[in-house]
Amino acid sequence: MSAPDPFEVTAPPVVLPPRLMGVEPVERVDTPLRMDYLASSGRHMGAYLRAMKQKRILGERCPTTGQVFVPPRGATPTSGLPTTELVELADRGYVESFCVTRVPIPGRDDLELPYISAWIVLDGANVGFIGLVTGIAPEDVRLGLRVEAVWRPDAELTESANNISSWIPTGEPDQTIESYEIVGTP
Amino acid sequence: MIDVAIVGYSVRQARELADNELELMAPLFETVRAETGLGPDRIDFTCSGSSDFLAGAAFSFVMSVDATRPVPPIVESHVEMDGAWALYEAWVKLQLGEAKTALVYGYGKSSPGSLRDVLATQLDPYVVAPLWPDALGLAGLQARAMLDAGDVTEQAMAEIAARSLADAESNPHAVRSGARDAEALLAEPLVHDPLRSHDIPERADGGAAVILATAEVARDVCSRPAWIRGIDHRMDVHHFGARDLRRAASAEIAAHAVGASADRLDVAELDAPFTHQEHLLTRAMGLDPDRTRISPSGGSLNGHVMMASGLVRIGEAAARIHRGEADRTLGHATSGPWLQQNLACVLEGE
Repeated sequence: MSAPDPFEVTAPPVVLPPRLMGVEPVERVDTPLRMDYLASSGRHMGAYLRAMKQKRILGERCPTTGQVFVPPRGATPTSGLPTTELVELADRGYVESFCVTRVPIPGRDDLELPYISAWIVLDGANVGFIGLVTGIAPEDVRLGLRVEAVWRPDAELTESANNISSWIPTGEPDQTIESYEIVGTP
Repeated sequence: MIDVAIVGYSVRQARELADNELELMAPLFETVRAETGLGPDRIDFTCSGSSDFLAGAAFSFVMSVDATRPVPPIVESHVEMDGAWALYEAWVKLQLGEAKTALVYGYGKSSPGSLRDVLATQLDPYVVAPLWPDALGLAGLQARAMLDAGDVTEQAMAEIAARSLADAESNPHAVRSGARDAEALLAEPLVHDPLRSHDIPERADGGAAVILATAEVARDVCSRPAWIRGIDHRMDVHHFGARDLRRAASAEIAAHAVGASADRLDVAELDAPFTHQEHLLTRAMGLDPDRTRISPSGGSLNGHVMMASGLVRIGEAAARIHRGEADRTLGHATSGPWLQQNLACVLEGE
């Protein structure tokens, strides 16, 4: 005698009541979900966004290690302590990492393919942040490439990081890779 | 079993906070670190509870992690639940002998969105959630079922509200307070039949942080640790059609498992957002209000922080022991519609 089949259906078949017989079976239900939020950026992020309107980039300094983080969030990951000092950073730095994208993103028709997104470490900062690099061919972008911010026209400035439309090469010599180690180390 | 105690507790609640989640929690971490002397280097495990649906952002909990001092890397976990369930996970971690100390926290800001709608997203996604049942309407159905069956009266609900409002007077974190007698409350109009505004939780932004420690650490960092003598959490069935709205079987089982009513119980902090739910829980958990003080903090009713109110109740129950005001207390947490999930935690002082 063979072992019982663990997948054998033993329950009786479902029989629909007469009024539901012959109706079109439901195979799929779409349940759209939308909720609206009015989020608060908080004190530190708020200061960062307001400075953006003045074409300034703010970071915050760790009270124990002196490291500078951008954007400022209110506490430092290396000490866990609240930050008290905001510092102004240059709008230039170097490419620490990058990615060339050749696939379109839904809803971002403004991005012309291929485009380069890069992790940019600003002069004086200990962490990078993401930016779009333009003015250079994808095959020429490299680690250590020096870049500077391209700000939108003054009339278009808002409390937003979108004020920086992209980052372009400065033409300076590449940053040497040894300074890579300043990132994330006390 | 390894003896584990709550050795530190800090809470923050306000009607509306402009702080982001990190700014909200960082001062609480500082307080429990200072209270216990357990800085980030002495915390073996970190566990938090919060909700992306509440924040309206994916992986929103990552932001608050910066204040835990995650560099160099820490052992860290998160539950998409009230912080009380993060406390349970941390307690298990300590029972396994993998950690001697844990930082546990939970937080929520419901002010940015519509809490009533956010709560609909936790329901059965096929046949219930698409109807967007309103959270206050669901609670009203339960209250109506209890009233019609004679389990509770509007008078009894108003008395619970009156006691809670008076108790909230002495809690600086309560967002609603003010002594009023039950008759005056009953004269107020129905806002969600059969609920009056005093039956409905007063929403708040906020959070709580707790430090757990095993015996070898606890006695050094706390003059009167609140020892966890029992902790258990259970869940009622998710399907609305299978629920008996007049019962919370999960609360009955959890309370029995931790021996809530097996000995003298000085204080029970119940996470009962609605007045009729306090009535239901008191019975389900076998509590005698004549011998056990129910929610002397003013309860979740007068400061309801979604994702933290349960952890706040446990923290308040522990703080009574820390301050020497009680010897044996119960902290309770709930989650889901109609008290679907319940956690009970019995604490003792020495």
